[in-house]
Amino acid sequence: MIAIEKTAVQTALENLTNQEVYIHLETTTGAYAGLRNAGATPVGAYIRNGAITYVRGTITGEGPYRVGLKMENGWVYAEGLTDYEVDANGRLLLAGHDSEGRLTVALELSRTPFRM
Amino acid sequence: MMERHVLVVFPHPDDETLAAGGAVALQAKQGSTVTYACFTLGQMGRNMGKPFFANRETLPEIREKELHEACAALGISDLRMMGFRDKTLEFEDPETLIGIISDLLAELKPTLLITYYPGYCVHPDHEALAAATMEAVRRLPDNARPKIYCQAFSRNHETDLGARDVLLDTSSVWENKYRAMKAHKTQTAARIEEIERALAAGGAQKEQMIAALSQENMYSYRV
Repeated sequence: MIAIEKTAVQTALENLTNQEVYIHLETTTGAYAGLRNAGATPVGAYIRNGAITYVRGTITGEGPYRVGLKMENGWVYAEGLTDYEVDANGRLLLAGHDSEGRLTVALELSRTPFRM
Repeated sequence: MMERHVLVVFPHPDDETLAAGGAVALQAKQGSTVTYACFTLGQMGRNMGKPFFANRETLPEIREKELHEACAALGISDLRMMGFRDKTLEFEDPETLIGIISDLLAELKPTLLITYYPGYCVHPDHEALAAATMEAVRRLPDNARPKIYCQAFSRNHETDLGARDVLLDTSSVWENKYRAMKAHKTQTAARIEEIERALAAGGAQKEQMIAALSQENMYSYRV
């Protein structure tokens, strides 16, 4: 992955508009959030291989970035995105990393299901 | 003491090294056969290397390679990938996990079992697998049960459990454990930096670091 190039991501989002795509979306503090800091609670949410169709996909912000996917009947969004890659399988991988390089958020789109 | 067969049960590549690497390497060095049943590929790990070089989709393959390298360093000759998905074990039917572990116990008849301490191991996958492992042992007749060593690391574990009672001098294998830690590059970069700094500094710093890697303590457990 490399630092997000906004226009490249915008193009990739548009290439996947108006068709069924598989989505991986997650955000997490990690399971150990409460271990060092007693007041913290591990928090996370995750969906892998949900199938969606969006009619408009937009990247905004000046870094970290936000991506919103507008669907006929709803929305998907992620914020805190810093890095991206269009991989060899043509999948758009977006992720946010903290200063230690740990993943904080991921939004990925693919025409075929992600490996389980 | 050498064990005929050691069964190590953990959910993530790196648990075998970080929770029990010294104990495992020591057993292997003494001539025990060691089987590691690793239940997931750690697909959902947050650490991607430092600086990061993995992503959510490449991480499983990279971690599998790291695990093979770590097993070689520790002397684990029989690595079994159990094929579950990271962070989902607690949502599986417990009987599925118990059944798999019961089959391993029946096949291998281990004399020593190494896993996490149920109730004191923090991560939901650790807890689910430790509970299933103990239940599988509980279902064995008394005289067929292996000895059990457990690792605990929740905030309250020492208050509740007291001091560890299995005290292992791992000075003969500290380099094996260190090599295994290094193998798990995506997960351990920060810790490795710290160790390397101490080893390079020499003198008391180096001695202290080697001493820390030369002692591994665990809890014995009775089902």
